[in-house]
Amino acid sequence: MKKYNPSEEVDFVVIGSGAAGGVMAKQLAVAGFSVVVMEQGNWGAYGHEQDYTKDELSNRFPTEQDQLISDPKLHRNTFRRNASEKAVAGGHSYGCVVGGGTVTYGASSWRHLPWEFDEASRFGTMKGTGIADWPVSYEEIEPYYTQAEWEIGISGPNLKTPLIAPMSKPYPCQPLPLKSSGALVMKAAQKLNLTVTPNVAAIITEPMNGRSACINCGACSGYGCQVKARSSSAVALLPFAVATGNCEIRVNSYVREITVNAAGRATGVTYFDKANGNREVFQKAKCVVLSANGTETPRLLLMSKSNRFQQGLANSSGIVGKYLMTGNGGGASGLFDDPLNEYKGCVTGAAVLSYVPNDVKGRGWYGGGRMTARGQMSPMQYGLAGPHGAPSWGAGYKKALIEQANRRLTMVNFISQLPVETNMVDLDPEMKDAWGLPALRITTQSHENDFKAMQFFIDKSVEILKAAGAHTVWADQVNDSKGGAHARGTCRIGNDPKTSVANKYHRAHDVPNLFIVDGSSLVTGGRNHPTMTISALAYRCADHLVKAAKTGNVTI
Amino acid sequence: MSDSRRNFLIKSFGASGAAWMTANWPTQVAAAEKAQSLGNFTYFTREQAADVDAMAAQIYPSDSTPGAKEAQVIYFIDLALVTFAQDKQDIYAKGLADLSAKTGGKRFGSLSSSDQIALLTSIETTPFFKTVRDHTIMGMFAAPQHGGNYKKVGWTQIGYDDSLNFRAPFGAYDKA
Repeated sequence: MKKYNPSEEVDFVVIGSGAAGGVMAKQLAVAGFSVVVMEQGNWGAYGHEQDYTKDELSNRFPTEQDQLISDPKLHRNTFRRNASEKAVAGGHSYGCVVGGGTVTYGASSWRHLPWEFDEASRFGTMKGTGIADWPVSYEEIEPYYTQAEWEIGISGPNLKTPLIAPMSKPYPCQPLPLKSSGALVMKAAQKLNLTVTPNVAAIITEPMNGRSACINCGACSGYGCQVKARSSSAVALLPFAVATGNCEIRVNSYVREITVNAAGRATGVTYFDKANGNREVFQKAKCVVLSANGTETPRLLLMSKSNRFQQGLANSSGIVGKYLMTGNGGGASGLFDDPLNEYKGCVTGAAVLSYVPNDVKGRGWYGGGRMTARGQMSPMQYGLAGPHGAPSWGAGYKKALIEQANRRLTMVNFISQLPVETNMVDLDPEMKDAWGLPALRITTQSHENDFKAMQFFIDKSVEILKAAGAHTVWADQVNDSKGGAHARGTCRIGNDPKTSVANKYHRAHDVPNLFIVDGSSLVTGGRNHPTMTISALAYRCADHLVKAAKTGNVTI
Repeated sequence: MSDSRRNFLIKSFGASGAAWMTANWPTQVAAAEKAQSLGNFTYFTREQAADVDAMAAQIYPSDSTPGAKEAQVIYFIDLALVTFAQDKQDIYAKGLADLSAKTGGKRFGSLSSSDQIALLTSIETTPFFKTVRDHTIMGMFAAPQHGGNYKKVGWTQIGYDDSLNFRAPFGAYDKA
């Protein structure tokens, strides 16, 4: 791998190596630019993925070196429902390894639908929300969805229905097996007249670029994939960036500030070299790409204060960190007579698409969601959570545990959440993280509309499970979200510098050589399946950047 | 202990941020396995082990199918307390002392089964009981190399197949 001296000015520093950072690094390096990727996590099993463990206990208690997810005890964060509360220690975490969240994610890869890019024009706004149009249309982004799907490797059904975004090219791979959960939901769908399909997943079902097809091992979401079937940035993108000889991935590098000069241009990044006593290092760069995720991206901008940018970098609008959407869920579970064995195969099974579109008149609330069928519980997780309706220990526990084993089907739903200005990421005034930086503070309370949405999907889940033949069904309580890996919206793109942080090509309105692309770019939240849209936005941003840089239109 | 096993455990047992990974840890893991083969314990005294073993046997009892005793959960817990769950040592030390106080010095395992259940029920909301409960269940269902789930008895009971890969159909409802 190419190594750069930090004092050497590289063309691009890319902060983050996940869904967006991986795309940016690969596209920029392939175009011939010098790139340093800053990753605060470690390598994981990058390049020797067969060493990822399927062992549940080791995965749950990894060594520091094997950690794939951020540890809230170190990456401390706080949480509160609203500004009148004092925030308390929170459990927010995210992928923290080369490849970011894509190393361990569930890998659902749905496109946003065309009408999810101009909701304000199409449906109108709503009091108390920041519903706005995106500065890009579906037509503009469609080629980049296709490019992402074919380069990264996506499996899925090729159906023509208004419930799925129109595609100029089918998915490169056939869908994953439907599993017993999918077969049961299909059965319910026939009775209830629902549209059900196999999941669209960043998991390949045919060999591709030296990567194996999925072997249905079952150690899926939350685990690193041993056979490179999950199309993480670490296997599908970054190796191609490194192979150019132009790209260095610098691990254990925790960026604390994007630095600027007197002219207001980014000059590079200052980071803690975690593997060397947290010494501070400055990496000089002509241009900075910020892809640190929907919570860390705004936090880093807010931490990058200077005389010129006193309320944080790229924040003349004052909306950096605002309009946070963390992702709402809720569903129900049921028990069946015979084993489903959902621990085999990819965690996410079939998807119910019928409630993706809006139906404000019919339902009395705005939005929609995608329902997924799953039942996977690994053995320890199953035992610790315990069987339904049974004691938590003793003979009754054991009896029910054995009786219910492998017979559970859970509907897990991905539900729209409206952007609300007061839902935000900012800097905690008191708590510091393990590196002495202000802890990330999350303030979020869903709009009242969204509680109706969650209740709707809980009720629909019960209906589906009953129609599928479950003998026992129980519903989740409505539970507002608190954080997690689907954070979006905190540096929205837009045409107006007063109401957005970056333009339609992700260039920060206030800083000409700073590009912000990741979950924070999303203007509205879709149906809480953000990753494929993040990938497509990054491909589009990189395309623009490469073209502009080559013709001298980006002052890098 | 074979080198590969030791390396596996070295790789496996890192509590996030915990301080257990000290200079002598490979020795501790090696000692734990040797102790298990001899019926000895690394962390517990014999008396403590007997108490925790009896608790585990109530939490996951043996009946027509194996329970915590047959799964050798006590060795899982003993190893856990010097590795990934080292931060739980104090909970055990205090909990076992409290248990002894409640029985007036009698060994917990010497009580009748119904007295054991009554006593455990009276402490079931304590951190000590909850920890032993969770560790017992983990010892039933974690991979055997961690000390419990002896001969995969836990996995067998819940129909878990630990094969490295599968082909559809997976269950009763996706058969063609």
